[in-house]
Amino acid sequence: MGASLFRNPMALGIFALALLILLANTLVIVPETKQAVILRVQQPRGVVNRYEPNEEFGRTGAGLIAKIPLLDRIVWVDKRVLDIELDNQQVLSTDQLRLQVDAFARFRVIDPLRMVVTAQSEENVINRLEPILGSALRNELGKREFAALLSPERGEVMNNIQAGLQRVARNYGVEIVDVRIRHADLPTGSPLDSALERMRTARRQESLTIQARGLTQAQIIRADADAQAASVYAGAFGKDPGFYDFYRSMQSYRRTFGADGSEPTGETSIILSPNNGYLRQFQSGAGGN
Amino acid sequence: MLNISGWIARAGVLRNDNPKGPWGGGNKGEGGSPGEGGGPRNPWAFPPEGRRGRSTTSTSLDEFLKRARGGGGGGGGGRPGLPLPGGSSIWWIGAGLLVLLWVLFTSIHSIGPEQRGVVTTLGNYSGTLSPGVQLTAPSPFAQVRKVDVEAIRNEEFPQGSTADNLMLTGDQNIIDLAYSVQWNVRSPENFIFQIADPEATVRAVAESAMRSAVASVTLDQALGVGRTVIEAQVLALMQQILDEYRSGIRISNVAIRAANPPAAVDEDFKAVNAAQQQAQANLNQARAYAQQVIARAQGEAAEFDKIYEQYVSAPEVTRRRLYYETMEAVLAKSNKTIVESGDVTPYLPLPNAAARPAATPEPQTPPVVVQGGAN
Repeated sequence: MGASLFRNPMALGIFALALLILLANTLVIVPETKQAVILRVQQPRGVVNRYEPNEEFGRTGAGLIAKIPLLDRIVWVDKRVLDIELDNQQVLSTDQLRLQVDAFARFRVIDPLRMVVTAQSEENVINRLEPILGSALRNELGKREFAALLSPERGEVMNNIQAGLQRVARNYGVEIVDVRIRHADLPTGSPLDSALERMRTARRQESLTIQARGLTQAQIIRADADAQAASVYAGAFGKDPGFYDFYRSMQSYRRTFGADGSEPTGETSIILSPNNGYLRQFQSGAGGN
Repeated sequence: MLNISGWIARAGVLRNDNPKGPWGGGNKGEGGSPGEGGGPRNPWAFPPEGRRGRSTTSTSLDEFLKRARGGGGGGGGGRPGLPLPGGSSIWWIGAGLLVLLWVLFTSIHSIGPEQRGVVTTLGNYSGTLSPGVQLTAPSPFAQVRKVDVEAIRNEEFPQGSTADNLMLTGDQNIIDLAYSVQWNVRSPENFIFQIADPEATVRAVAESAMRSAVASVTLDQALGVGRTVIEAQVLALMQQILDEYRSGIRISNVAIRAANPPAAVDEDFKAVNAAQQQAQANLNQARAYAQQVIARAQGEAAEFDKIYEQYVSAPEVTRRRLYYETMEAVLAKSNKTIVESGDVTPYLPLPNAAARPAATPEPQTPPVVVQGGAN
């Protein structure tokens, strides 16, 4: 029977196919990115390629494994860092400011067996952790003033949220790697508008302050210059006030009567009395009195 | 050649009707690098009795075998119950040829200079290929995923060029920030095995890091001098977070492309700038005035000093000289009327005393000296 069987290509093909199906149901390749939970008759038997911190690739449990066909079932659990996204959470801070927060958490399944038992799949884990992340976020941020979000205190807030989420995540065999706020914005509408209005008024005030300060400074500079000039004048003219009076009056006459080269705007008629000092010689030159 | 690929495609079809199978596409890391045809090829797909029913496979196979034998007839050697003489040897040659081709195609890998090839042997990581032509065990025993480690990938924020990207600064103001993050792959193994969606991860981490950095500075710092500080902070923080994830990603650069106040308040910011310019202009004017005034004072003082030296050496003469010179100059330029003093009271028709233009009537006070328009 055996010999004839192997001479018939058809039979050979069927045999090969059967062998193939058997092999395919026995041998399983576990890739580096997956953890395999083996269920024997729906009873958890163990985990292959479970996540270990700081393991080196190549030394992990990934590779070829054998299972009992038909009895063993494999549930795949992602070994990589997975992600929970949380968008548009409305948060009310203690000073009654509304905030719109997008946050995310990154997690790993570190106990796939527990995860499979409690949540069946990563998606279910995400669906269950999402609302918890949301409430942790609202609680933590609702305990603080708006300004705390914009301060170094933010780190502490995040740590609290992560710790709160971790407490729940442990039940699913999940480790929370990181929780972060992606956006924290003022919702559009009145909160945003009032913030913008505040910025506007602050800028206007700044404009006015700058203007006033500029004018003041300019005035001070001018006054200083005047004072300096005055002291220069005083230093020079103070040597002989009498002569200064005379000299300056001469200068003044030249200027006011247009004798210094400038064109005076009005014409001048001078009516002189013969007693004028300038005409002294003019008077007496005829023969003297 | 075409035939081979056709056959491969068919093998793919076969593979896909059993996604949970040992070499199903589902359990290979998705998002393979380009040029990599997804999952492995099923080496067991060439028996004519595929699960799809014989018709499809056997026709393609028959065709293939015909070609393999130089288009010779005698196909259909695999008809059930009709073992042809020599048919089986043709089968074996065909099968051997297929195996040979499959080995050739799946065990020689050309890794470009910018690439690394991450090799998994039966799913287990077994090394990284350097650039060049490299040999591995054939698929499905060894899988190679090529990763470009040199290419700098760029993430732009905000993603649309027109969108604004408002964030809160530490002094509760709002700033509109556009920035970009450049990154590349540092560790191809980690990049493939540790992170489910690298690009989304980089983006999320970048946004988070940028916002926390901006929240630690004031608006004025973010608009002005603080930019480089923010960039450096974001780069360091992103790298730290991504290393925590063991992502194998290196952040090479964070650049703030534009930092502006929100469009709604832009006008008032410009007004501040205008006020600053105006103030600067005022100051400049004042400084110019100051220089003029002081220079003039110094000039006049110097002039006076010179004259005074002469005066001191000969007071009376200098005084007289100056007086006459002045009077000469002054009286030469004006109309003069000399009135004898004494008992006669002269009648002075003042308007006629000087041929003044009527256009500028002067106040008719009777002073001794009437002067118009002092300089």
